[in-house]
Amino acid sequence: MVAINLWSSLTRFTDGARVVEVEAETVGGALDGLVAAHPGLAPIIEAGVSVVVDGEIAPNRHAQLPEGAEVVLMQRLKGG
Amino acid sequence: MAKDEFKEFKLVGTRPDRPDGLDKVTGRARYGADISAPGMLWAAVLRSPHAHARIVKIDTSKAEALSGVKAVITRADFPTGLTGEDWNLQENTMAGERALYDGHAVAAVAATSKLRAEEAVRLIEVEYEVLPHVIDVDDAIKPDAPVIREGAADATVPEGMPPNVVRYMEFGRGDVEAGFAEADLVMEKTYKTEATHQGYIEPHACMGQLGADGKGEMWVCTQGQWFIRKMCTAVLGLETAQLRVTPSEIGGGFGGKTTIFMEPLSLALSKKAGGKPVKLVMSRSEVLRATGPTASASMDVKIGMKKDGTITGARAEFRMQGGAFPGSPVDMALYCAFAPYKLKNVEHVGYDVLANRPKCAAYRAPGSPMGAFAVESLLDEMCRELDVDPLDMRLKNAVREGDTASYGPKYGSIGLVETLEATKAHPNLSIPLGPNQGRGIAAGYWFNHNGETSVSMAISEDGTAQVSVGTPDIGGSRASIALMTAETLGIPYEDVRVNVVETGALGVNEPTHGSRATFASGKAAVIAAGHAITEMCKRAANEWGIDPEAVEWVDGAAQPAGDNAGKFPPMSIAEIAGKMGSTGGPISGHHESVPEGVGASFGCHVVDVEVDPETGRTTILRYLVVQDAGRAIHPAYVEGQYQGGAAQGIGWALNEAYIYGDDGRLQNTVFLDYRVPVASDLPMIDTVIVEVPNPGHPYGVRGVGETGITPPLPAIANAIQEATGARLCELPMSPPKVLAAIKAKGG
Repeated sequence: MVAINLWSSLTRFTDGARVVEVEAETVGGALDGLVAAHPGLAPIIEAGVSVVVDGEIAPNRHAQLPEGAEVVLMQRLKGG
Repeated sequence: MAKDEFKEFKLVGTRPDRPDGLDKVTGRARYGADISAPGMLWAAVLRSPHAHARIVKIDTSKAEALSGVKAVITRADFPTGLTGEDWNLQENTMAGERALYDGHAVAAVAATSKLRAEEAVRLIEVEYEVLPHVIDVDDAIKPDAPVIREGAADATVPEGMPPNVVRYMEFGRGDVEAGFAEADLVMEKTYKTEATHQGYIEPHACMGQLGADGKGEMWVCTQGQWFIRKMCTAVLGLETAQLRVTPSEIGGGFGGKTTIFMEPLSLALSKKAGGKPVKLVMSRSEVLRATGPTASASMDVKIGMKKDGTITGARAEFRMQGGAFPGSPVDMALYCAFAPYKLKNVEHVGYDVLANRPKCAAYRAPGSPMGAFAVESLLDEMCRELDVDPLDMRLKNAVREGDTASYGPKYGSIGLVETLEATKAHPNLSIPLGPNQGRGIAAGYWFNHNGETSVSMAISEDGTAQVSVGTPDIGGSRASIALMTAETLGIPYEDVRVNVVETGALGVNEPTHGSRATFASGKAAVIAAGHAITEMCKRAANEWGIDPEAVEWVDGAAQPAGDNAGKFPPMSIAEIAGKMGSTGGPISGHHESVPEGVGASFGCHVVDVEVDPETGRTTILRYLVVQDAGRAIHPAYVEGQYQGGAAQGIGWALNEAYIYGDDGRLQNTVFLDYRVPVASDLPMIDTVIVEVPNPGHPYGVRGVGETGITPPLPAIANAIQEATGARLCELPMSPPKVLAAIKAKGG
C-alpha cells in the first residue's frame, strides 16, 4: 500500500480524507488507484498534476514507488 | 564558496567567450522578424477597441476588395469543436462571439506589403455590442461582477463560488490557529501587485506557410518550438507532424514566449492565400495589449512569531487574475510563498479569477515574486516590531535538507542556509547608511522544472563535436552545454558547437522554461557524450584487439585501463573520428528522458535605497544578489541571470504596471509609458554565487534563471520602510505612491 497526500481542497472528492491509501507499485498505478477509489478526482488528475515521491518530482507514470515512500500530489509544476 | 565533493574541473566554472557573441554584436544573428522568403506576404491584425463586447457582425468585403490583399480571416476560418486549453488558445488567438479584452484579435489580413495589410485592416467593419467589463481582481471576484465566461470553472471550484472563479485550492498542515495562539506577535495585512509584462526587447514575430495539403512550416521566435507546433496544430486542426517549426535567435522571452498568441494567424492566412508564406510581426503596442503579462494579485497574509523570531503559524489567501482565461499562477505563488521556512502550522488558499485582460503567460518564476512580496514584507515588519535581525530570523526558520516544505514534500539537497550565511558575511551589509536611506533584505525561492528532453550529439571527422538541443538559448545554455560536453569528452570548449534545432530533428522537447535548459538539456548532453565515449573506447579496443571493458577515456583519448590491458599509446578523439568511416560508421550519442534530480534554488537579496522626501522617488544605491547555483558552469552567465532577475524585479517594484482607463482600455501601450528600468536607473548589481551542488545532475547544476526576480519586490519595500518609515503594500512603489505614504504617516 502507498499513502498519497492530497491538497486539502480535494477532500471534498475523497469523503474528507487528506491521505488516501491505494495498492500500487508505480506512480501511474497510484494515480489510477486514486481515481478508482474516488472518481470525482478524475478531471483533476487528467488536467495534469505533479507527483512528488520522496521529495523528487516523478519523471513519468512508470516511476517505481519504494516501500514506505512519501507521495505528495501537487498541481502541475511549470515555469517561465 | 563551494561545498561539494566534486572533482576539480578543467572547463566547468570557466568564462569563455559566448558562442553567440559575434553574431549578435555584428547584427548577423537572425531574429524572428529577420526571416523572409520569396513571394512572402505581410499580415496585420484587427484588434478589439473594447474590453468586453459582443461581436455582432464583421464585414470584410472592403478589405478583400483592396488591391494587394490576398487573404482575410476571422474566427469563421478556424475549426470548431475544440475544448479545454485548446479552445482557450484558439479563442485567444482570434475572438469568437465576444471580444474579451482590449486588443483581442478580431480579424487578420495578408497582403503584398505591410502597409497594404494595415490599410486593409482599417477597412474591416465590425459592429460591437459593448458589454460591462471588469479589470481588478478584487472586483472580478465579487458575486455580481460581469461574467467573463459561464462554465469556465474546473472541478476544483465548489458550488456557490463567484462566477469568475475558475480554479480553487487549499492546502497546508498543522493547526494555524494554535500556531497564532503560541505567538508573541501576530500580524495580518493585505498586499496587491499589478500585472507586469516580461518586457522582452524582441516583439513576437513569425513567418508561417501552410499548403492545401496540410503540410506547413513556421519560423518563429519562441522559447519552445514543440509547444508552438502542438498549439498551432491543435488550434488549426492539423496533424502535428505535418508542421515543422524552426526557432529563430530569440531576443528575450522570460516565459512570455512559451505559448502562442498570433502564430496560427500566419498559417491560416497562408493557407487561404494559396500557400504563400506570411510574415507577422507585432508592434510594441500589440505586445503589451495582446500578449501575456503576468497576473495581478491581491493577497492576505497572516503570520505568528515568537519574540526570538520563531515563526509559529502562517496563513496566505491569494487571489489572482490571469486575464480572460484560466491559468493565473496562484498555485505556484502559494507553493513558493513560505517555501524558505520550516513551518509546523501553515495554510494556503488560492483563487484563479477571470477578468477582461489579455491571457496571462508565464513570467520568470511565475507567481513567486507576488507571494514573496506579501510574505517577506510582513516578516520584515514583524522583525522590526520585535527588534529581531531579519537575517537571523531567516536563518532561525530556514529549511534544510530533509525538512518538509510548506507545500508538502520533503526537501532534498538545498542551499538556503549557505545562501543566508553568505549574505550575512557580505561587506555591503556593513556600509553605513545616510539620511533618507534604508536597507532591505528578502529571500526567494523557485522549484525549477525538468520536462521532456531530447538531445543528440555527433562526433565530426576531425574530432570536434556538435550537439543538437531542443531548448532555445535565452540565457547562455549553448555556452554551458558546450562546456559540459567538452568537459565530458575532454576536448576544448571551442571544439563543441551547440545548435538549437527544429522540430523535425529531435524528439519532443519542452520549452526553455522552469530554469531547465542547462539542467535538462545539459544533463542529456553529458549522457549522450558518455554514449559516444563508450563507442569510441570500443573502436580503440577493436584496433588494439583488446576487450572494450579494458579501455578508459582520459583527457580526450582512449587508453588501456592499466598495464594488464596492454601497452598502447593513447588514441585521441581526432584519431578515432578520422577513421570512423572504416571502423563502423558515424559516432554519436543520444539521450531522451524527463530527467530526474531537479534542484531547487534559493536566493537572498539586499538592497540599499535612498528616497527623496520631496518627490517620493526611490534611487537604488546598491544591490546584492546571493543565490545557490548548485554549480556555476559558466559563472558570467549565472551572474547575468542574477542581475537580470534583479533588474526586472526592480522595475516591477518601482515603476511597471498595467494602467487601465475606466473604459477598460490599456493606457500605457508603449515603453515610454510602460517604464522598464534602463541602465541609468540601476547601479552595478553585486552577485555572490553560492555552490551547493545538486546531486541530481552530473555537474551539480541547479536552474538559476528564475529565483532572482523573486526577492526584489519585498526587499525594496523593506528598504523604503527603513528609509521613510512608511510601509507600502501595493505595487508599483512609484514616486506618487511613496510620497503619499510618507505624507500619510506625517512625514
